[in-house]
Amino acid sequence: MRGMGLTNQSTGTAMAAGVGPVIIRSDPQDRIIALAGNPNVGKSTVFNALTGLNQHTGNWPGKTVANAQGQYLYHEVKYIIVDIPGTYSLMASSPEEEVARDFICFGNVDTVVVVMDATCMERNLNLVLQILEATTKVVVCVNLLDEAEKKQICIDLDALSASLGVPVVGTSARSKIGLEELMQAVERVSCGAGERGFRLSYNHKIEAAIALVEPKVRELLQSIESNRGNWLDSRWLSLKLLDGDQTLRAAATDYLGKDLLCDHDLAKNLDEATSLLRQSGYTPDALRDEIVGEIMETAVRVYDACVTLKNRCYHSRDRKLDRIFTSKATGIPIMLALLGLIFWLTITGANYPSACLAQFFAWLEGKLTIFFAFFQAPDWLYGVVVLGLYKTLAWVVSVMLPPMAIFFPLFTLLEDSGYLPRIAFNLDRYFKKACAHGKQALTMCMGFGCNACGVIGCRIIDSPRERMIAMLTNTVVPCNGRFPMLIAVITMFFASENFFAVAYVLPTLLLVAVIVFAVFMTLALSKFLSKTILKGLPSSFALELPPYRRPQIGTVIVRSVLDRTIFVLGRAVMVAAPAGVVIWLMANLSVGDISLLAYCTNFLDPFARMLGMDGVILLAFLLGFPANEIVLPLIIMGYVAGGSMADIESLSTLKHILVANGWTWLTAVCVMIFSLLHFPCATTCLTIFKETKSFKWTLFSILLPLLTGCLLCFLVTQTTRILVMI
Amino acid sequence: MSKKECQTIWQEGTDMPLAYLAIGDKAQVTALDYQGAERRRMLDLGLVCGTMVEALQKSPAGDPIAYFIRGAVIALRDEDAKRILVRRFA
Repeated sequence: MRGMGLTNQSTGTAMAAGVGPVIIRSDPQDRIIALAGNPNVGKSTVFNALTGLNQHTGNWPGKTVANAQGQYLYHEVKYIIVDIPGTYSLMASSPEEEVARDFICFGNVDTVVVVMDATCMERNLNLVLQILEATTKVVVCVNLLDEAEKKQICIDLDALSASLGVPVVGTSARSKIGLEELMQAVERVSCGAGERGFRLSYNHKIEAAIALVEPKVRELLQSIESNRGNWLDSRWLSLKLLDGDQTLRAAATDYLGKDLLCDHDLAKNLDEATSLLRQSGYTPDALRDEIVGEIMETAVRVYDACVTLKNRCYHSRDRKLDRIFTSKATGIPIMLALLGLIFWLTITGANYPSACLAQFFAWLEGKLTIFFAFFQAPDWLYGVVVLGLYKTLAWVVSVMLPPMAIFFPLFTLLEDSGYLPRIAFNLDRYFKKACAHGKQALTMCMGFGCNACGVIGCRIIDSPRERMIAMLTNTVVPCNGRFPMLIAVITMFFASENFFAVAYVLPTLLLVAVIVFAVFMTLALSKFLSKTILKGLPSSFALELPPYRRPQIGTVIVRSVLDRTIFVLGRAVMVAAPAGVVIWLMANLSVGDISLLAYCTNFLDPFARMLGMDGVILLAFLLGFPANEIVLPLIIMGYVAGGSMADIESLSTLKHILVANGWTWLTAVCVMIFSLLHFPCATTCLTIFKETKSFKWTLFSILLPLLTGCLLCFLVTQTTRILVMI
Repeated sequence: MSKKECQTIWQEGTDMPLAYLAIGDKAQVTALDYQGAERRRMLDLGLVCGTMVEALQKSPAGDPIAYFIRGAVIALRDEDAKRILVRRFA
């Protein structure tokens, strides 16, 4: 799973951009399959269907931000399949595309499976034709046939196969249709059954230039041993040399072990061919235009021959939905309403199960106490295990689990339906005003799931300046680990218990307000960075709005519960257990006659008071560095660990504890601000370091939100104190 | 030239920026004012000379605008769409 996903792979050991995948063949018989395709064609779904891996698939461009690997067995041969990031072309214009191109061309791949979106064939053919220029070991997989059928788009797969000269297989990977045929075709092609392939022909001037260069290139390739199996196509390489593609030349040099242009004859021929082209008016840009134009024209010819539209207005439903979701009158209100609906369902729905869980854990605690008493366990053991470890764990589970189990599936439904790119479309103007990249809206949305994933997702932004801004400001939006805390604080301090309607509507509105504030702060900080240390203008930007798709509700629920809820909860529990022990020990170990906890909180207290909080809260944030999920449980532990603790059975008892420790609405506001704007969690810091490879920027990513948060809390507190005299 | 003027004097066979194409109108791309990597990115989207483009929908703030380009819906910002020239044919 990618993007919003939260696997170890995507949060921990993700590949740095620009580095090719490392494939481990355990047996020389193993075959390597590259899975290529435009963004958002269901590549990851094909990948999952083939490998059975539960890799999360999303519905927006640039979702697979690193190569995922899996494998399957077919006729007792192991196929290692690599899902490469979606690209529109092989003429690498971003690091992402470079990775894809280098892997397809120089990755010693046995077969390239190019996945196409059956509902968008014309555009997809562009990439197919480019790949076919480089290699003939291709299987074309026309995916989303079921969607095409709904839109009354008929595709003649045999005719397509005949025009392209390689096997074409139709699939509906979501319902696992056509996979057997796909595996068969892959087997056949990877065995080396010669496919005819496809040859694009250009106008005579370009052909003449190719003819000047190609014989020498072919001779050189044949003489280089590392080019086993004649993988590199000499015609294609000649064209790329004429094109003057420097990154490709470097990659080819790496792969072949020598720079082809070191050969004097070739260098001479190439110069001659280039000057011929220049004389005919082909500057580098003009040549590229001509090449791409030819590919597009060929794509149109193939498209016209193989695709029939029974309904000319096949995308009218999508356009109608777009008019609802992105129009001036309804776009933004609907966006806020959807956000509100999700929160309302989460808050309302989580209330009851949370209380049940808390009661259950309290009951279990009673049994544990009897158990410990029965064995006459020493007090310190009981304290560490039950009062420290168990109580914190119980808190994390009962406060976190219900909202997550509701929020994650709802958010995934939005994601799968194709709505998120519309959010980016609606908000782009504001990002432009902040001199930020339009795709930052997408990475920001990923941040709602997990900031570490959001930071990795920033790879979809080409310009380094804008990518840095997106990474540095990603932690401003609350991730799933912080939502439950915001929900709990809002429910406790701003919900009236008297009126049922108000009890749920008001917290929902406030939570929406908090999110709007977080988005506003993201924009403000982006603008600040653009005007100070990361000066510059926004680069050109194109956002694809993919067709809406009906989300697979069953799969979404299973997947989001398994992948996300369990993962996030697991991480929170792993961190909460030791943190609970630490805070209990701190509360009960004394230096002199003052406990360690009191010592630390007293130390932090004066500073925390200035920010409208107290020492315990600040300490909880510090101890919550590994995972934000445990901050609120740690605050409670900090308050009650020293004394005898009443059983906490609901949020209202919790509120009593907080109020008894001096919390007012102002404290609640400051805690919420600080939870939005403090240092990123440990995983995110690590990810930022991996992505930027810079200690300085990582430190800055900590300081930027931290200082902003402190400043805001300070201003809010002091202003309120002056005005209201709390 | 303002957008209004541009739209009123725009006739068949003359060029104008894509940004000024009225919603629902179609036109063919005639030139791209881009060089190097940015140009490549535009070409990758299918924006080559002769490509038919339809303006589909404005975003709530009026910018960016979504265009129908070679079977896909692509949103372009105003300043980008101003660098793409289009022409209407009979």
